[in-house]
Amino acid sequence: MTILFDGIAAGMLLFLISVGLSVTLGLMNFVNLAHGAFAMLGGYACVVLLNDYGVPFLATLPAAILVPALAGIVLERTLYRRLYAASDLDQVLFSIGLVFMSVAAAHYFFGAQQQPLHLPEFLSGQIHLPGVDIGVYRLFLIAAGLAVAVLLQWSVIRTSFGARLRAAVDNQRVARGMGIDVNRVFSLTFALGSALAGLGGALGVEMLGLDPEFPVKYMVYFLIVVSVGGSGNILGSLYAAILLGVADVAGKYYVPQIGAFIIYAVMVATLIFRPHGLFGRPHK
Amino acid sequence: MTTSNPIGTPSHPHPGAAAALDRYRRSARWKPLEYLFWCLPVLAYFAFPGNYLLLSQIAITSLFALSLDLIFGYAGIISLGHAAFFGVGAYTVGLLGSNGYGDPLLGLVLAAAAAAALGFLSSFLLLRGSDLSRLMVTLGVALMLYELANKFTSVTGGVDGMPGVEIKPILGLFDFDMFGRVGYVYSVIVLFVLFWFARRLVHSPFGQSLRGIRMNALRMPALGVPVNRRLVTVYTIGAGYAGVAGALLAQTNAFVSLDVLSFQRSADLLLILILGGAGHLYGGLLGAIVFVIANYLLSDMNPQYWQFWLGLILVLVVLFARGGILGTARLWIESSRQRAQSRARTESPS
Repeated sequence: MTILFDGIAAGMLLFLISVGLSVTLGLMNFVNLAHGAFAMLGGYACVVLLNDYGVPFLATLPAAILVPALAGIVLERTLYRRLYAASDLDQVLFSIGLVFMSVAAAHYFFGAQQQPLHLPEFLSGQIHLPGVDIGVYRLFLIAAGLAVAVLLQWSVIRTSFGARLRAAVDNQRVARGMGIDVNRVFSLTFALGSALAGLGGALGVEMLGLDPEFPVKYMVYFLIVVSVGGSGNILGSLYAAILLGVADVAGKYYVPQIGAFIIYAVMVATLIFRPHGLFGRPHK
Repeated sequence: MTTSNPIGTPSHPHPGAAAALDRYRRSARWKPLEYLFWCLPVLAYFAFPGNYLLLSQIAITSLFALSLDLIFGYAGIISLGHAAFFGVGAYTVGLLGSNGYGDPLLGLVLAAAAAAALGFLSSFLLLRGSDLSRLMVTLGVALMLYELANKFTSVTGGVDGMPGVEIKPILGLFDFDMFGRVGYVYSVIVLFVLFWFARRLVHSPFGQSLRGIRMNALRMPALGVPVNRRLVTVYTIGAGYAGVAGALLAQTNAFVSLDVLSFQRSADLLLILILGGAGHLYGGLLGAIVFVIANYLLSDMNPQYWQFWLGLILVLVVLFARGGILGTARLWIESSRQRAQSRARTESPS
């Protein structure tokens, strides 16, 4: 039971980070491998504020959202925009380049060591129930993940911004003709994706750790969540992330010899038999 | 574009077809610049006698880049996990060497066979799907191998690497020396032989059909080209080449470690090919020369900044120089020639 619970918490964390990628990759069709770099930026924003300036943990989260969002807007305006029409390969190469640069920059500014994080009292500790040990922080992660999932699903489906975004993705020319400022919508969406990454990164310092290699180490996990869940599908990403989290935690607990092998195998198998993801539908 | 395809052209009554066939045959001939290029490794042998290890690294990286060029530059299959085949080749030699079968040529052949077998099997995973899913599948295969090598420490030595790989003298005559002199000559000869074969391959009808598949995969079946079979074949050959490159690395270093399978190696390779220019054969070689030398000079200063420059180069190449070194050079030459022609045309009537 504890494993299941930890797995769900890990999955929620994965979901928090990768849902941003699901937004940019799925809705805007940009293969952004540099997504982890934005998550790392959020993580560092949180850790620096917490350790160097003594800001309480929860109060650092807005900064962890804002900093990557701003970075996302700046990069989108200056660089990403030029590559919307480019091939997948160009986008991949470009974002790998960004990953390398961000890793080097993190080395330069923060050093190679793992960043420590001290959780506040009310988020650490455990609740003991018969049969289950529940970490309070993990409970907090699950709640945060669910909140984000609901909010995001609601805003894409129900709000006028969501409608404009879907219109801009489905048919850019017509959307422009209807008076939708497509450039602005894309900028905001990209900022949203980066902000979600930053939030996930900050919340994930506790479980995933934070060092300059973060974007490379977890890149594959984010991609797996998006590709298994079906890109652009928020609930699909949620299910896929939880599945992945449980499989990962359980796999590492029961068969540590094989390690991450299972996950990669699952990804390859999914891509072969369901190229659009388990919960995805083919692109129009 | 249709007339440049050689299939069926000899009997074709179309007047352009004969010219196209002629042009096609001429393009397959060795050019003076190519002879000059292959003088470089010989010159380097005499010019930099203290740097044989670096030079053989260039040769090995060149061969590795060549293998990716075959499958990416010619057939258009994007791979983010080409290190898988490199690693299989390296570990094949490592296993043979530590069990007493250290003959280099036998190692090369078996490494090529092992990598090609893996390439053949995994190629079927790539026939379906878009660029993105190919990317993820190749990445996934490479990561699976990495995990396997990481966990089966009793066979591979894991992170610490595989010590005690013993490589016997080549043909029983030339022993690998510690300055890498024999290793360099050996690597260059293997590179040249395989390059020569690859050059024959891409200028054959087979190579032409690969280009056709890259340009228009829907049209090629209509011309009678079995697309899937061609892709499987070229992927297998490319994998075999990568295996040989890995084997060369293992033999010249007499050591195999986990990083032969790493993601970094695949990403670096893609960078090398893009930097040099994909689809020219020489692009990968040029990219390898630039990359290895830049790596040597820059990471001497600081290994972490090296990665920053690497990323910057990638971003700049994607944004401003899509064809890489060779592609950009070709664009320049063509545009300057066109300018000269239009100048001549405007001047001649006056």
